[in-house]
Amino acid sequence: MSYKCDCYKLIEKKAISAGMFSFTIYCPEVANLAKCGQFVHILVPGFTLRRPISICEVNRDKGTIRIVFEIRGSGTDKLASINVGDDIDMIAPLGNGFSVLDIADGKRIIVIGGGIGVPPMLETAKSYKKATALLGFRSYDKVILTKDFEDNGIETIVCTDDGSVGISGTISAPLKAELEKGDVAAVFACGPKPMLASVISLAKEYGVYSEVSLEERMGCGVGACVGCVCKIMRDGEEKMLRVCKDGPVFKGEEVIL
Amino acid sequence: MKDLSVKVAGVTFPNPVIAASGTYGFGEDYAPLYPLNKLGGISCKGTTMNEKPGNIPPRIAETTAGMLNAVGLQNPGVEVFVNKYLPELKKQGNVIIANVAGATLEDYRNIAERLDSTDVDMIELNISCPNVKQGGATWGTSCEGASTVTKAVRAATKKPIMVKLTPNVTNVVEIAKAVEAEGADCLSLINTLLGMRIDIRTKRPILHNNVGGFSGPAIFPVAVRMVWQVANAVDIDVVGMGGISTAEDAIEMMMAGAKAVQMGTAIFTDPYSPLKVIDGIEKYMIENNIENLSEITGSVKPW
Ligand SMILES: Cc1cc2nc3c(=O)[nH]c(=O)nc-3n(C[C@H](O)[C@H](O)[C@H](O)COP(=O)(O)OP(=O)(O)OC[C@H]3O[C@@H](n4cnc5c(N)ncnc54)[C@H](O)[C@@H]3O)c2cc1C
Ligand SMILES: Cc1cc2nc3c(=O)[nH]c(=O)nc-3n(C[C@H](O)[C@H](O)[C@H](O)COP(=O)(O)O)c2cc1C
Ligand code: FES
Repeated sequence: MSYKCDCYKLIEKKAISAGMFSFTIYCPEVANLAKCGQFVHILVPGFTLRRPISICEVNRDKGTIRIVFEIRGSGTDKLASINVGDDIDMIAPLGNGFSVLDIADGKRIIVIGGGIGVPPMLETAKSYKKATALLGFRSYDKVILTKDFEDNGIETIVCTDDGSVGISGTISAPLKAELEKGDVAAVFACGPKPMLASVISLAKEYGVYSEVSLEERMGCGVGACVGCVCKIMRDGEEKMLRVCKDGPVFKGEEVIL
Repeated sequence: MKDLSVKVAGVTFPNPVIAASGTYGFGEDYAPLYPLNKLGGISCKGTTMNEKPGNIPPRIAETTAGMLNAVGLQNPGVEVFVNKYLPELKKQGNVIIANVAGATLEDYRNIAERLDSTDVDMIELNISCPNVKQGGATWGTSCEGASTVTKAVRAATKKPIMVKLTPNVTNVVEIAKAVEAEGADCLSLINTLLGMRIDIRTKRPILHNNVGGFSGPAIFPVAVRMVWQVANAVDIDVVGMGGISTAEDAIEMMMAGAKAVQMGTAIFTDPYSPLKVIDGIEKYMIENNIENLSEITGSVKPW
């Protein structure tokens, strides 16, 4: 697997909602390699460990990638203070992304994103001819990227935990309703563990192929330190696999949450 | 071009900057960035006789100028190391140190015997890993334990043995002398210090193992002090590590008494940092008219 480690220019920065930022980074060599569901490992000046952030969109023609992140602590806070024209030191693209499968005509895929797990689902949905996005947020002020999904012709269903916008409650009920329709070829998800657990079990119930993206605290980000493992059932054995290199995307049926 | 080569316990390293065990895997993960043989050498991931699954995550926590890890020696076992990784690494011309760990004396003896007939250039005895409940810490924290393991491994292999010392002891010098007496060819230090971080929102330690090994720039002064104390007390070569991230750090560590250095955590921050350190050492040699790095080793002038 090929990746780069270099400094790349931040060419566009937007605050997209309270504490949430969208960065467009000029990095043609990374854009050429990048696939949906992969991530970048960013060095925030002054910190020992890099911060993993998903690739939200790739534009090969313009040589850019886009990332969207929320301020969660001192590292992402400092990251948010980087200005247009400044360099971003990143190792990218990393990990195995979501599969881009051949889907029969008349079939579609569903992407499911929860909170800060929404960004990687945009590029994933864009990689398919027909996709539906099911996006879950805590409340209206946390909603991000829905317009980006819609602008790309992706049918978009929003849920909020408090019902302040869209469907009230988790994505489980609407996901079940979509799967009932019988035209879903695969589901892909990124979000909190309870959401992933529900996606995996519903996909299994309906006999639909699923993939989920996992999160873990990282050291190297490239597979060397075995710091970021998760439990995966593969070849009939429980294994400790690396989120950064063997994942972050795993088959739903393999994941032990 | 200066000659940066150094000889440690009879083994020649093309330059004095070695990747530290556990931070560089078996090399392959960094191969997309640069030829691995630009490094002085690679100390491979701590290897046990059989495959080990390691600890439950989270295994990593950040600290001010450092990090904690509680990987718990997850590794594929010595056969995979010998058959899969070692041949590839040697083909690329790397100087390879096998870092070995065990729970019992038998483990150490068996693994040393297994490695004796391979191409590894040196065996680094990790008797200091704080993460494994049996063995690990107990071997390396007493003179008796440390010398028992060294003696057993000495009898099992002709390969040069580097004993890696833990800083989590009252008197590191005593342990250094004890393993020297049992036939250690050289020493490396320091392994990680035992540390802990707590998430104040959840009241949970960040590491699932509760405690873990503290590494990175924050531990550098402790490492320099220990290398200085040990290098003054033994006749065998010393390899220094702990928090090195710049050429200045590496030179300082050599002045304290190290013949070569290892870098770990700094590679996570910047995968190119070992190459930058090598370049910086060369620049220092040129600026100071140094022909051989042994001129730096131990050159500190204590008050
Ligand atoms: C594969 C992957 C993709 C991700 N994609 C995104 C994204 O697209 N947008 C986004 O906003 N966030 C994303 N995250 C989460 C993001 O990495 C964390 O929010 C961020 O590292 C927090 O850093 P901090 O310094 O602000 O927080 P602190 O809590 O101060 O960080 C302390 C340490 O813990 C680590 N850490 C804390 N929370 C997490 C976490 N949830 N996951 C992994 N490491 C963590 C940090 O990296 C750092 O090493 C992703 C995480 C992973 C593993
Ligand atoms: C993630 C991680 C894993 C490690 N695994 C090992 C190991 O398997 N064997 C070992 O002897 N030391 C291990 N170490 C310790 C390092 O080799 C080194 O002694 C220590 O990190 C101090 O150096 P540094 O500050 O440059 O990282 C590990 C360190 C880290 C950070
Ligand atoms: S972060 Fe080092 S192996 Fe994944």
